[in-house]
Amino acid sequence: MNTVQTPDNPVAPPLAIKSLEIAELTSAPSPKTTSKIVAHHLDFFYGEHQALFDNNLEVATNRVTAIIGPSGCGKSTHIRVYNRVFQMYRDQRATGEVLLDGQNILESGTDLLELRRRVGMIFQKPTPFPMSIFDNIAFGLKLHYRMTKRETSDRVEDALRKAAIWDEVKDVLHKPGTALSGGQQQRLCIARAIVVEPEVLLMDEPCSAIDPIATNKIEELINVLKEMYTIVIVTHNMQQAARVSDFTAFFFEGRIIEFGTTKQIFTNPVHRQTEEYITGRFG
Amino acid sequence: MIPRPYTGRRITNLLVNVISVTAAVMGILILIWITYMVIYRGLAAINLDFFTKLPTPPMMPGGGLANAILGTLVMTVLATLIAVPIGLLGGICLGEFGQQSRVAEVCRFAANVLIGMPSIIIGIFVYGLLVITMGNFSGWAGAVALAIIMLPVVARTTEDMLRMVPDPLRESALAMGAPRWKVTLSIVFRAAKSGIITGVLLGVARVSGETAPLLFTALNSPYMISSLSQPTPNLTVTIFNYAMSPYEDWQQLAWGASLLITVSVLALTLLARFTFGEQKR
Repeated sequence: MNTVQTPDNPVAPPLAIKSLEIAELTSAPSPKTTSKIVAHHLDFFYGEHQALFDNNLEVATNRVTAIIGPSGCGKSTHIRVYNRVFQMYRDQRATGEVLLDGQNILESGTDLLELRRRVGMIFQKPTPFPMSIFDNIAFGLKLHYRMTKRETSDRVEDALRKAAIWDEVKDVLHKPGTALSGGQQQRLCIARAIVVEPEVLLMDEPCSAIDPIATNKIEELINVLKEMYTIVIVTHNMQQAARVSDFTAFFFEGRIIEFGTTKQIFTNPVHRQTEEYITGRFG
Repeated sequence: MIPRPYTGRRITNLLVNVISVTAAVMGILILIWITYMVIYRGLAAINLDFFTKLPTPPMMPGGGLANAILGTLVMTVLATLIAVPIGLLGGICLGEFGQQSRVAEVCRFAANVLIGMPSIIIGIFVYGLLVITMGNFSGWAGAVALAIIMLPVVARTTEDMLRMVPDPLRESALAMGAPRWKVTLSIVFRAAKSGIITGVLLGVARVSGETAPLLFTALNSPYMISSLSQPTPNLTVTIFNYAMSPYEDWQQLAWGASLLITVSVLALTLLARFTFGEQKR
């Protein structure tokens, strides 16, 4: 990954130093994985209503972690804590710890703008900004970096290539992002998220609003992107979780019932609830 | 089970259809009638002199309403300049930042009341506020009165349009690491732009036809505008004065002025509807 040579370039902390090791995993895909994000006793409240109960989860660096579970079980709520986007709403609050590279992001001193540059997010419905395709991507660049026009356009192209959408949009960069199809819009949003060189990508049911072919493209993309980014994906689609993820967490009624390698969860779940959900007996 | 007979329901259906269509046609007919009358009576007054000459005493041919046209234009533009920035900011406060706060609740209620306030009361208010304190009728006072009428319209439309922007769009801009003000200005505002411009145009259309508030503030004048600190000529009060006069050529000018205002308001409304309303679904 190339870095930006400007005085404004935020310096990423050395990755390995504070990261914790995942000890309890029996058959991790790679013998040694470090944790990028560790959630510790995480509770979440919508006003008076508690939505998450004592969530403990370790998200492995450069791996895909899938979060599955029935509707309303707190999957999205959980990952929305990782970039603190929930703070847009006054009555929502999170307690406990979420460590990003060992640093608790729930502390009041956290720089939200920097946090969100490091932790990007893809939403359920594609949300192209009301501007041209090019500007959609350049928006984040201009927010976080100072660079020449030439470099901006190089990086926009690079991000669009990484998101596997360059060939489809290279001749229409000036057109509004909303003019693209749903699947293209979602890849546009992925390009927009990765252009600022985040470390983590949160994906909140990124394929639920698009067709199977586009879904396929995005899944292939996830496989490529995990080389560079730590990915957390919320999904309703069990096959998708099985296909793209290395680790899987099963949520139920705001609690993490089971967490392990995807292989273990899908072939040999420990908890009865996990098994029933995976085999489609409820949810 | 035997179903209820259908005949009765068919008749009710027909009856309701006929009544509602008649009501709709009546509304449209009245609009067409007014437009027709204004065009029919006013068209004769429209010529080059109408736009370029000053009013003449009764029975003297060749007069126009150049001063009133200019006066209405200047006061409307001035009112827009006052009301739009305040209205936009107020709308942002209501729609973006203070959605559930107590202050916003009060502001929203106040704006709603102000929208429904008879414009003559606003005229009297500004009369007391500016005309009496400054000692004479003035264009400034007229512009302020118009601005007060426009303000709540702009604020409420802005709020409504901002609220129509879906939250995920805000969230995704925030998730990019944009500060809240930037999210509002470069993303949410842009998404709501066409609706907000429509609101402003409708606000302008609304005030450009107001008479009562000007009667107490700008008054009127047969002379060219020299300063906005003086009574300022304007179309609506001119219509009021001339239409009531016994002189036929003045009445003719009043019809002409009516036509001009009608056409302007119609043009603004159509512009708002077709140019900017398209993307709004």
